[in-house]
Amino acid sequence: MQIREIDSAEVTAAVKKLFTDCNYFIGEDIMDALEAARQSESSPVGKSVLDTIIENDRLAAREEIAMCQDTGMAVLFVEYGDRVCISGESFEDAVQRGVREAYRDGYLRKSVVDDPVFDRVNTRDNTPAIIHTKIVAGDKIKITAGGKGFGSENMSAIKMLTPAYGVEGVKKFILDTVRAAGPNPCPPIVVGVGIGGTFERAAQLAKKATFRPINTKNGDERYAALEDELLAEINKMGFGPAGLGGDTSALGVNIETSPTHIAGMPVAVNICCHAARHACTEI
Amino acid sequence: MAKRIQLPITDNDIQDLRAGDSVLLTGTILTGRDAAHKRLYELIEQGAPLPVDLKGEIIYYVGPAPAKPGYAVGPAGPTSSYRMDKFTPALLDLGMKGMIGKGARSPEVIEAIVKNKAVYFAAIGGAAAVIAKSITAEEIICYEDLGAEAVRRYTVKDFPCIVAIDCLGNNVYARK
Repeated sequence: MQIREIDSAEVTAAVKKLFTDCNYFIGEDIMDALEAARQSESSPVGKSVLDTIIENDRLAAREEIAMCQDTGMAVLFVEYGDRVCISGESFEDAVQRGVREAYRDGYLRKSVVDDPVFDRVNTRDNTPAIIHTKIVAGDKIKITAGGKGFGSENMSAIKMLTPAYGVEGVKKFILDTVRAAGPNPCPPIVVGVGIGGTFERAAQLAKKATFRPINTKNGDERYAALEDELLAEINKMGFGPAGLGGDTSALGVNIETSPTHIAGMPVAVNICCHAARHACTEI
Repeated sequence: MAKRIQLPITDNDIQDLRAGDSVLLTGTILTGRDAAHKRLYELIEQGAPLPVDLKGEIIYYVGPAPAKPGYAVGPAGPTSSYRMDKFTPALLDLGMKGMIGKGARSPEVIEAIVKNKAVYFAAIGGAAAVIAKSITAEEIICYEDLGAEAVRRYTVKDFPCIVAIDCLGNNVYARK
């Protein structure tokens, strides 16, 4: 079996670029959805807010500055090929170094505190990043990364539904969560939903769903239809762009699922603002 | 058409503003968010003097990103206001006249806005790069150790926002 050696510096450089890029350049999927919403939005205030958001995202890309001051907590989903061997420093250290360099050299805000309850002292380099690693067959490393802002993260929720709730219970929990978030998470939002698995798997899938481009659908047509139905329902809520009223409250709903236990049906809803930042690379 | 307001804001200005009005602010404003509010509130509870006089001021809930060389300030959009709700009535009682943030406020904050004849403005969340163009200078006033959360004085020119809650308690976020 052929082992592939990858220099840790290559990992650091790739991670650094992912975080500066995703904070400067909004994805085409989001920009297309914002422009389409600008055409369909019926509220004059809503239209004006969408114009400002589009102008903001173009300005950030042109000048290579952060589109939002909350450049997020760094989250990475890594698919690590089992034939890869890292030389230099450890994979973990190489990733954290990439995050540190991106936030320092890219003029991104350092938003991480060391201890959540007592000290709350800023780590001053936006580390540690949250790294979800899956070992896969192969000799490559695939990294999907994003800066997750907490205005929307704080509006997220998880519930351990049981099978009797059925699809109606799933819909109700998702819509209740979005309704409770209201104008706070910087609408129009992207809703990531994780259904199934265990408590932590559902939450992880919900985050992964927010990183999936919103111009893609769940591969199972039943869930794809559910994504469309939920998006339509959310856009009837009336929160609108910036929560100032209108019919664009969400740009997309992405659902990811996993096998689960006979007794369970966990549902996690991870809410993301319109600055839904994600970028992907393969080494 | 947006109303232009020269800061410091006057009681007459505030009485003329209604929820939903577009406004452009020119002058100076203070910044502060979670950690600074917590510190100020603790001083108020102890009866100790504050490191900044809030009388007549507008406080902007923001933790800016660092400024790239050649820029006056880094991207600086509003953060969610509800996290400051616990602290806001006490600051309004000290004579603060307004806040700029995003999202809904608690009934206690709305009551304190009406009682103190103040105003709550909303800026557009996630429009940080555009908003920063209306901020021409910054100076750190206190709590520098908090980094992005330090209290700053921003000089603003035509800073764009919307009246979200006016001095009568009208609220743009109120919906059925």
